[in-house]
Amino acid sequence: MNEKSLKQAQSTVEEIYRAESRRVLATLIRLLGDFDTAEEALHEAFMAATEQWPQNGIPTNPRAWLVSTGRFKAIDSIRRRARYDASLRELAKHSETITDDVQEQEDEHLQDDRLRLVFTCCHPALKPEARLALTLREVCGLTTEEIARAFLTKPATVAQRIVRAKNKIRDARIPYEVPTALELPARLDTVLHAIYLVFNEGYSASFGTALTRADLSGEAIRLGRLLTQLLPEPEVMGLLALMLLHESRRAARTSATGDLVLLEQQDRSLWNGELISEGIALLERTLAARRIGPYTLQAAIAAVHAEASDAARTDWAQIVALYDLLLQVEPSPIVELNRAVAVAMRDGPIKGLELIDALLMRGELTDYHLIHAARADLCRRIGKKEEACASYRNALALTKQEPERRFLERRLAAL
Amino acid sequence: MKYLCLIYVEEQILNGFSNQERVKISDEAMAYCDTLQKAGRLLVASPLHPVETATTVRVRASKTLTTDGPFAETKEQLGGFLMIDVPDLNDAIRIAAQFPVARFGSVEIRPMKEDGCA
Repeated sequence: MNEKSLKQAQSTVEEIYRAESRRVLATLIRLLGDFDTAEEALHEAFMAATEQWPQNGIPTNPRAWLVSTGRFKAIDSIRRRARYDASLRELAKHSETITDDVQEQEDEHLQDDRLRLVFTCCHPALKPEARLALTLREVCGLTTEEIARAFLTKPATVAQRIVRAKNKIRDARIPYEVPTALELPARLDTVLHAIYLVFNEGYSASFGTALTRADLSGEAIRLGRLLTQLLPEPEVMGLLALMLLHESRRAARTSATGDLVLLEQQDRSLWNGELISEGIALLERTLAARRIGPYTLQAAIAAVHAEASDAARTDWAQIVALYDLLLQVEPSPIVELNRAVAVAMRDGPIKGLELIDALLMRGELTDYHLIHAARADLCRRIGKKEEACASYRNALALTKQEPERRFLERRLAAL
Repeated sequence: MKYLCLIYVEEQILNGFSNQERVKISDEAMAYCDTLQKAGRLLVASPLHPVETATTVRVRASKTLTTDGPFAETKEQLGGFLMIDVPDLNDAIRIAAQFPVARFGSVEIRPMKEDGCA
């Protein structure tokens, strides 16, 4: 084989790795019953592909080839080690009981395997931060270093979270399965919440010097697309629509110097029209379903903004109505705050301020910087200068994010 | 796989129940345990006397130290336990969620080691 076709074969292996490695892994975990063994088997299978494909040609069904090669390599290595290690004997037994033809079985179970992987990584018995790390590692294929960089933590911390989560899956025997129909709604909530947290961390980083971390949002959207394809439940599509509609504003949310630009001041020509139409199309499909959940309602709110040419011409009455519905399905003080801001746009700042002050009195949001920032802005609009300054200072004391701090300082200085 | 389900309840909550309510919960719990046992999923279960009856023993420098009360004071007290044998954690969660006390207390599910203490 000449050098050119050798290189070609190698790049094909790499391409297939990118496209198929997570699917192969998801199936190997089911067949081998253990995350670490499956990862090792995946690695071995691709090593074998790199050696054999350039010589023998690409198999007709590369994925099936990788699954069966990985499985046989793993069984082989488990058998060898089981001679010395009693704890591996059971694993060896488990792997050997699977006698069905892998290739035949594979296509049928493949979609399910990826769902099994998502639901296992987001199992409610795991810590929320471990769910995120495990999902990004196993479902998205990010390295520990990449996850650590995205969350601004040490790789050792992320590695430890993943190891502990995998140990719990093994020792407490968290099954590798898609929940039953009865349990699906609650379990799906946990999955959607994990994806939304990943998105938010990328869209509005909760700490640090950068306002957004685009790579995390990109992964969350990829996960949302995968889930929409595998399990097109209304809220799954609602979440994807919500993420797409928020993502469409990314370029307009920060200035050239990395500063925060509020929705009403954003240059709407910078909004990504393609993402908006995709999000709205998804939303329309979702609204056709009878069960409308919190993600769909939030997406509907984002869509009202997306369809307005500027802040003044936004249908604030509709936004307030959507927040009312959202409060019914998922009461939360943060949603009440957002509703208060929308009321201020619909009925004027005094009405909004009344709602915000009542909310502050209840005490749940006292430490939330955005309620102070919102209050400051409304006070500023009705000329209550001193109260505005006091609220900006409260917000400044509570924010942990550099661009937000600069924004608040500028507002304060302008007064 | 065997799991030990530890049932915790805040004493204040228990004290808030009338005798009638207590009997009702206890009957419901016993009936549930019966069902589990008949299905072959329950190995052993028992409610426990209140924490005031607890005694803690430690041996330090070959001396046995016996003290009144639990090792650590907590708001929630261990009120009973179930030892179950089910295929996986999801089954254990289902069983724990249906145990009547879970509605006002909590159930801690601990997988049992099957290969000794190592």
